Amino acid sequence: MKTIILKVASNYLLPLLLLFSVFILLRGHYEPGGGFVGGLIASIAFVLHAFANGLKTTQKFLKYHPGVAIPIGLGLSLFAGLLPMFAGLPFMKSLFFSQPLPVIGTISTALVFDIGVYLVVVGVTLTILFTISETVND
Amino acid sequence: MELYLAILIGVLYAAGIFLMLRRSMVKLLLGLILLGNGANMLIFLLGRITKGKPPVIPENTSIFTDVYADPVPQALILTAIVISFGLQAFAITLLKRVYVVTGTDDLDKLNVTDDEDI
Amino acid sequence: MISNTIILPVLMHMLIAVLLIFFWRNVKAQKIISVAGNLLVLGLGIEIFMLTWNNGIQTTQAGAWRAPFGITFVADVFSSSMVLLTAIAGTAVGLFSTVGIRRERMKYGYFPIYHFLLMGLNGAFLTGDIFNLFVWFEIIIIASFVLMTLGGRRLQIGAGIKYVTINLLASVIFLTAIGILYGLTGSLNMADLSLKIAAIENRGLVNVTAMLFFTSFGIKSAVFPLYFWLPASYHTPPSAITAIFGGLLTKVGVYALIRTFTLIFVPDAFTTNVLLVVATGTLLTGALGALVKKDIRKLFSYLIVCHIGYMIAGLGMFTEIAIVGTLFYLFHDMMAKTNLFLITGLMTKIRGSGYYKDTGGLYKDYPRLSLIIAIVFFSVVGVPPLSGFWPKIYLFQAGLGTGSYILLGAMIIASFITLYVMAKCWSEMFWKPQPEENKKEPDNFSKMNRWDKTWMVGPIIMLAFISLYIGLGAEKIMMVSKHIAGELMDTGPYIKAVLGK
Repeated sequence: MKTIILKVASNYLLPLLLLFSVFILLRGHYEPGGGFVGGLIASIAFVLHAFANGLKTTQKFLKYHPGVAIPIGLGLSLFAGLLPMFAGLPFMKSLFFSQPLPVIGTISTALVFDIGVYLVVVGVTLTILFTISETVND
Repeated sequence: MELYLAILIGVLYAAGIFLMLRRSMVKLLLGLILLGNGANMLIFLLGRITKGKPPVIPENTSIFTDVYADPVPQALILTAIVISFGLQAFAITLLKRVYVVTGTDDLDKLNVTDDEDI
Repeated sequence: MISNTIILPVLMHMLIAVLLIFFWRNVKAQKIISVAGNLLVLGLGIEIFMLTWNNGIQTTQAGAWRAPFGITFVADVFSSSMVLLTAIAGTAVGLFSTVGIRRERMKYGYFPIYHFLLMGLNGAFLTGDIFNLFVWFEIIIIASFVLMTLGGRRLQIGAGIKYVTINLLASVIFLTAIGILYGLTGSLNMADLSLKIAAIENRGLVNVTAMLFFTSFGIKSAVFPLYFWLPASYHTPPSAITAIFGGLLTKVGVYALIRTFTLIFVPDAFTTNVLLVVATGTLLTGALGALVKKDIRKLFSYLIVCHIGYMIAGLGMFTEIAIVGTLFYLFHDMMAKTNLFLITGLMTKIRGSGYYKDTGGLYKDYPRLSLIIAIVFFSVVGVPPLSGFWPKIYLFQAGLGTGSYILLGAMIIASFITLYVMAKCWSEMFWKPQPEENKKEPDNFSKMNRWDKTWMVGPIIMLAFISLYIGLGAEKIMMVSKHIAGELMDTGPYIKAVLGK
């Protein structure tokens, strides 16, 4: 799509949407939101960017292939699940820091797990969409 | 409400199976998607529909005293949707690949290689 | 007993898969990590088996949510022996893959997906929650889709469409069944369901749900009216992949059938009748299909279908002796079928073809290897005292005991046809002189270096010896099977271990 309005708007929308996705990710523990939705919003931001500026520009902008995020995210989630096992608790038991941090709130292993989910969703969605749109253009 | 949903589920299953029985691969995929949605609605319906009662405990109490909507079916549906998202993405890529290799959308044309020996 | 150890096989495979993705393009590192990881999981499998054998049923509650609400992982002797056998087959196929799979396939993520598949299998065996079982099934099928179509040859993706469609349909039926089950009982924990289903008055609705589960698991384990996708797709991917599919994927369906139909839906007269009819059909159609095939991979695909029939038969008769037979057959079949497909890979490597008309003379060229393969063939047929023989005694005895004479006849016919097709395969592949045209075909096996040969033949020898052990040490396997059958028939300890009451 070659419309100037979308092109300009997407440049501003990208950081805004990414920020919003992080917000959704962080509020996910007690309120609606979480890693999956946050990850979808983040990937929509990049998809919008790709719509406006073309796939090549977005890929150049990202520098790395989005697939790189998949093993990192999986590793983080697995780590968050494994952590309580070292303390002798069941797999995936949520551990909390006793002191809440400013802005973010109480850090827990559930948050680490959610960040992992976020990364996996971004990686997978972008890989799928980029692969499909690449083959369409061939 | 339950009746409408039941009818909707019936329509979704029927449409899904009808589309799956067509010869076109795209229709096959659409049929599978409709069937999946039908199954999700079924879980939603059978988890008992309760209106306006979120399963969130008010701040000043520690247990539920009121009727509340069961959150489990929603968790199940969400999981099922995520899984079907991945499966459908794979299926679309596979169909695309089949189309590129065979140059046809017709399922019957795929059968040529199957029975060379009997 | 609460123990964290039991989910380690699942987590370990996930860890290996994640590590492997980091080494996406480095094929050599992938091979080393994969083999090392498989051996590690094999060790874990042995440990968990010993743990459950000595200390009884082990459970762990994910996230420390109490039993009927959270997801429970349960390892009884049945689950842990399945995990152990999966680890053995997984190690063998993993070793075989290092030389049996093309470099290009490895570069597109063969090993990570392979480990995700094994993770899904272990998860399905260990979970005690019916929806979690669905999730593990989905992980298994999506990994198997990728393995099935990896490489993207025309034949492969044509078969891939059938495989994908039928498996997606099975998933939808499974999901529908879970939805109805949840509506009926309001629970997903299998131990809890066992109690709640037994208390439901409306048996008609329970039977409908049971049949939906049976259809879904039946598609996955390829039973009589639902098996047609298996012979249409299993011969297309590389042998290592078919080995893991044939040895483990259909068996996870059988595992799920045995688990749900002993724990949740205890068979009544209607269900046993359905199971017996299906078992008879599976035995006969599978055997008759195998009779006419002249490509060894298609032939063995039909044999998978045929031999699933024995397990369903044991479940259908539903006496303790029959269940012992089913379990013994399951253990024997997992090892034998995996090995059978590895052998087809080896034979295709040597002769460049899997068709009878193109091949022959293997015994003359490789006499020692042929003897090892003969052990496997005879095990599959069930020549005493090898492994396929013992479970059949129990199944025949149960057939006589329950008066299911038609089924008994079908089992005997299927045994004879298996004997005939394996004997024919032996005479065509090994004893017949090699055809002239085939002599021009290069022998790709003898050209390989010593190490590659070891990696290719080693797993076959390993599995052959395990088959031999199952046959000659039948007393021990029988002891395990009897213990499991006792656990399955009396679900009290299982429910107590999960719910703590």
